[in-house]
Amino acid sequence: MTKNPFRILLSAALTGAVSLTLLAQQPPAPQPTPPQQPTEVTVPIVGSGGLPPKLAIAGFIPLSSDAETVAAAKTIGDVLYDDINYEREYYMIAKDAIATIPRPSSLDTVALERWKELNANGVLVGTVRKTATGVAVQVKLIDVASGRTAFGKEYSGSIANPRRYAHTISDEMFENQLQLRGVARTRLAFSSDRSADLIAGPVKNRDVQEIYYVDYDGANPVKVTNSRTLNITPAWSPDNQAIAYTSYRPSTAGSFGVYTDVILSFIQLGTRTSPANGSPERQNYLPAWSPDGSKLSFTSNRDGNPEIYVMNKDGSALRRMTNNPMIDVSPTWSPTGTQLAWVSDRTGQPKIYLMNADGTGQRLLVGDPKSDRPTWSRGKFNEIAYAASTGPGYDIKIYSFATGEATKITDGIGSNESPAFSPNGRHIAFTSTRNGKSQLFTVDRDGQNLRQITREGNNKFASWSQ
Amino acid sequence: MRDTRIVAIAIVLLALGVAACGKKKPPVARPQPPPATSSTGTTAGRPPAPPEPVPETTPIPPEPKISDDPLNAGDLDAINKNSPFQAVFYPLDSFEVDGTGQQALNTNAGILKKYPTWIITIEGHCDERGTAEYNLALGEKRALAAKTYLVSLGIPADRLRTVSYGKEFPFDPGHDEGAWSKNRRAHFVVTSK
Repeated sequence: MTKNPFRILLSAALTGAVSLTLLAQQPPAPQPTPPQQPTEVTVPIVGSGGLPPKLAIAGFIPLSSDAETVAAAKTIGDVLYDDINYEREYYMIAKDAIATIPRPSSLDTVALERWKELNANGVLVGTVRKTATGVAVQVKLIDVASGRTAFGKEYSGSIANPRRYAHTISDEMFENQLQLRGVARTRLAFSSDRSADLIAGPVKNRDVQEIYYVDYDGANPVKVTNSRTLNITPAWSPDNQAIAYTSYRPSTAGSFGVYTDVILSFIQLGTRTSPANGSPERQNYLPAWSPDGSKLSFTSNRDGNPEIYVMNKDGSALRRMTNNPMIDVSPTWSPTGTQLAWVSDRTGQPKIYLMNADGTGQRLLVGDPKSDRPTWSRGKFNEIAYAASTGPGYDIKIYSFATGEATKITDGIGSNESPAFSPNGRHIAFTSTRNGKSQLFTVDRDGQNLRQITREGNNKFASWSQ
Repeated sequence: MRDTRIVAIAIVLLALGVAACGKKKPPVARPQPPPATSSTGTTAGRPPAPPEPVPETTPIPPEPKISDDPLNAGDLDAINKNSPFQAVFYPLDSFEVDGTGQQALNTNAGILKKYPTWIITIEGHCDERGTAEYNLALGEKRALAAKTYLVSLGIPADRLRTVSYGKEFPFDPGHDEGAWSKNRRAHFVVTSK
């Protein structure tokens, strides 16, 4: 990923040019939602006979023949295909069918009659032009029936990461066409042993785990921590400016003793804080952000037993939420911040419980024996994903507050744990051992669209950026 | 026999004379004295040969045999490599210390009393059959249970640190009960001496 900032210009036909920083300074981080164009007229592409609209990507045309521009154009077309396919809102016409139609030479020479033969409802076409400072990318979504432009944008910036143009086009097209918040520019944070370093200490065979993040599709890995110890359970802050995680810290210089603490890494500022003020006698782990980003809930042994606490993100206003001789762990906030779900084994086996944000009203939510890591959706569905024991391993289930029922969305292959919802609530990232090592996968909330995201080393504890 | 050994030890110390005075004083009631030769019993009064002098210009007396404790020698790496501590093993989904576990902790308490400067970390570990997050808490309960028992045996709490590794560091990478039973443990590591 580039270390240089690059800017992308958005030009909208009706409102003129708007600029935003698309990829900021190192380390890069997810961007704020670009300004929308309230005056823009939406021409929605609709399907025929109640079927999903059929889309084709006619191609991204390199306007110069240099290798860099040609490669960027191909990448943008390929990635955009995957990005749009991911939300399963459109039927994407297959690439081999597209290849039978002559590629357009410009935005205005799209052979609409030929696309009609393929029953396409919409055709995406784009150009990639080399500029003095990088590249300009133009894209147009054409309504095949009317020939009108349904969506059109122009972007310019660095050519270092062409995938980012595709992700931006996809997200803005979904917003424009379906008022749907896409995930193409989101990222997945996780813990990985891919550096293959060993932890210094008296036990010699323990792999370092560091926090990384990748694009939602697994591309562009970025290393967040470099402490050569165990760093696990990352959690994106709601503004994507920070990642909170559990880190094993040395207790005294020159000693092998360690303790767990909650660290906040402000990835754009490059600073870190430890607001829970950990020590060997006051260990903290598994942080979860409140939806407004002002507070964190976490587990601590400071009173002699694993209990749930809440604090402001600067460590002030610490409050103990549970008081039980058994285990209380794995908190998650409701989308409004008024409730917390968490895991307790107070009746024998770990199960999902619910309480009000002031600690009152503690009650069992889901009866599955041996369940863990509830994650409350921030999307439009009021749901909690969690891992439940279903045999030798675990499967991901989704509990719906609307129906009061839970649905299994993984298939019993390997063990499936640690679910994390995408910000639009349509997808779940999780850890699975189905292929041997622990890897991150994503799956849709109906159990379809399974994709493997990571392949290098063991990768666990996904958190989806907002 | 015991008296004879003490006499023999006393003679060794006397033979070393003032040179030994600057050395670290050996603990008094050392439970593992050096192996006595059968000759000490029959030739009472005759001191054993003093240790060979070291070939250095400024004579530094060799460590008297009595304090040559291999367990406390070397750095933390060396101590932990041949760890004197016994692990405590736990049943599935449990943090209760059973009879076998108590015996292990009794042994460990004896070692901690023998080496009063040692500070140890009790690591809590779990097998892969629990979820990663819950296992962080379960491992913590296992480590805390072992700590509580050691404190009940008179070991000061400030010498006993705990940390949970959940299921992150299995001792046996296998996927059967043989492996799992090894991985549900409190593991003892000397972190300061």
